[in-house]
Amino acid sequence: MSELVLGAVAYDAKVVTIWEGFKAYFNAHGLAFDFVLYSNYERQVAAHLRGDIDVAWNSPLAWVDTRRAAPDRAKAIAMRDTDRDLTSVVLVRADGAAASAGRIETVADLRRVAVGALDSPQATLIPLLALAEAGVGRGVEAVCHDVLVGKHGDHIGGERDAVKALLAGTVDAACVIDGNRLAFAREGLFAPGQLRVLLQTGPYDHCNFTVLAETPATDVLRELLLAMSYDDPAVRPLLDMEGLTRWLPGRTSGYALLERAVGETEPGRGVPAPFTRAR
Amino acid sequence: MIDLGDLGLDEGAHLLIKRALARDGRATVSGTSPSLAIDVPAWCRARGHAIEAVSGGFAITAGPDRWRGAERAGGDVPVADPPPRWGLAARGALVEIGAPELDLPLAIWADEAARLYSQAAAAQWDPATAIPWDAPIDHPDEVEDAVVQVMTYLIENETAALLVPVRFLGRLHPHFREVMQLLAIQAADEARHIEVFTRRARLRRRELGLSTASGQASLATLFDEPDFAIASFLLAVLGEGSFLALLWFLRDHGPDACTREVARLAAQDDARHVAFGLAHLAHQLAREPALRDRLVAAIERRHAALAHTAGLNEEVFDALVLLAAGGWEPAALRRGHAAVIALVREMDDGRRLRLGRLGFVRDDAARLSALHTRNFM
Repeated sequence: MSELVLGAVAYDAKVVTIWEGFKAYFNAHGLAFDFVLYSNYERQVAAHLRGDIDVAWNSPLAWVDTRRAAPDRAKAIAMRDTDRDLTSVVLVRADGAAASAGRIETVADLRRVAVGALDSPQATLIPLLALAEAGVGRGVEAVCHDVLVGKHGDHIGGERDAVKALLAGTVDAACVIDGNRLAFAREGLFAPGQLRVLLQTGPYDHCNFTVLAETPATDVLRELLLAMSYDDPAVRPLLDMEGLTRWLPGRTSGYALLERAVGETEPGRGVPAPFTRAR
Repeated sequence: MIDLGDLGLDEGAHLLIKRALARDGRATVSGTSPSLAIDVPAWCRARGHAIEAVSGGFAITAGPDRWRGAERAGGDVPVADPPPRWGLAARGALVEIGAPELDLPLAIWADEAARLYSQAAAAQWDPATAIPWDAPIDHPDEVEDAVVQVMTYLIENETAALLVPVRFLGRLHPHFREVMQLLAIQAADEARHIEVFTRRARLRRRELGLSTASGQASLATLFDEPDFAIASFLLAVLGEGSFLALLWFLRDHGPDACTREVARLAAQDDARHVAFGLAHLAHQLAREPALRDRLVAAIERRHAALAHTAGLNEEVFDALVLLAAGGWEPAALRRGHAAVIALVREMDDGRRLRLGRLGFVRDDAARLSALHTRNFM
């Protein structure tokens, strides 16, 4: 069995620590494994399609890109328990204050919406789709917070900046993952009761391990992942760093919302109608 | 069913859920917080708890227990060999598995450490107020020069007494909390001594005295010891033990109240350092009888290493004589000289006494005391 090479995107310095840890674990369990880090998902997807890597740790958007490029071959073999059934929320100020005139009572009152990175499924693409389907007006501005574009919003900073803009009163609303709303509250970014949820998206799935061909090595990888136990002292720090308590088999039913959000356009190249991108 | 009322998960409601899950492994949660239906699933997802919507709320089943496999880091009394995986955890704490292992390999213990630490904490003094800095200095200029020379020598030695134990402190397993605290407060003691000796030296003089190559050579050998027991034996038991006699000498013969007081206060602290050194070695010798031979070898090795040096520098010896004499009259010098000879004898007596307390028979104690560095420390 030849060495299995995984691709991952270096959205943060801790990515090196994470994959060095997994590499040591896999090697110790008999899987010849190495990894390559890319600076953005577009480059990783291209490398995967070229055959440079055997498996990609993909963002949901990178999964959609891969699936569209290789619909008959792309398979999601595993994902985190925390990758399933996320939702995003659109936050507004609880006092109804709008960035310009008027008050924010419903989606129709929105004029400027803060989102994450332009290519973030969770903080931009999916919530903007939800707003569009909920009847947001034409020409509403989407104000992007482009922390690390190409990383598909993996870095939490874009969402934090969106909430800061809402608190500063320069936008009417901010889009974040449901769990990040709690995380920001715990950080003290806003006070309880200061913001309210205007809209919640439907559930969607996040990252997965994508392969274009299942091989004995990718089978072993999946088996080793699914066997990792949070009770194992050697494993727990890795799982904590990667933000999960157990690996689950991959599923692709959770990407329907994102597929719709991306539509027929080239992914990540603009905000969907009826929004305009604020300059 | 736990009723969270209108308490949100962004304002502490998760504590009620955690409490119920810890107790029963499952909980049914309801409440009226506007974002409850968003927050409970998000909170559960991040922790691996299974969740199901039920009539009027959510049924939650606890996910993996972070505390399974956790290990108690000893108890009231330290264990002999605490594992690196306990890391910085307080002794007696419940330590989660998977914490990083710290390279803090030293196990140092003495039952007296807690008592000595309490004494030290209670006996801390403030250099600004404890010393009569304004007391009159009316002895001759050359006696003042002698005081400055002795202070210069004391600073150098106390610097070694600070740095040598601290090098071990930085590698001590924190499980030995009382020893860690004691070594830390000893370092603070030495820092204070360095301060007051420096300040006393500069009361009347801009420049400090002489630092000799042989004095430094003697102290440098203390830095070569990788074993705490041996370093402590050479530094605390033999070195600081001898220094106690020197500080008492200055307390009794100092020509001014300020010199006498800095020496008295420093001796008070150093006595605790010696007591800890003795207590630790007694503890260690009881567990490791072969240590005795290594202690003997260490004294002999240090003696051989310093055989080519001059030992106590003449400048310090003469300064002590003049300091004790208080002036140049032949009768006074005779008195001063006799006092320094008596000091050297007293140091030897003290070393033999302490070696005896560590179980060395009389002849061995006398022979080993005689091999101790002539630089005193």
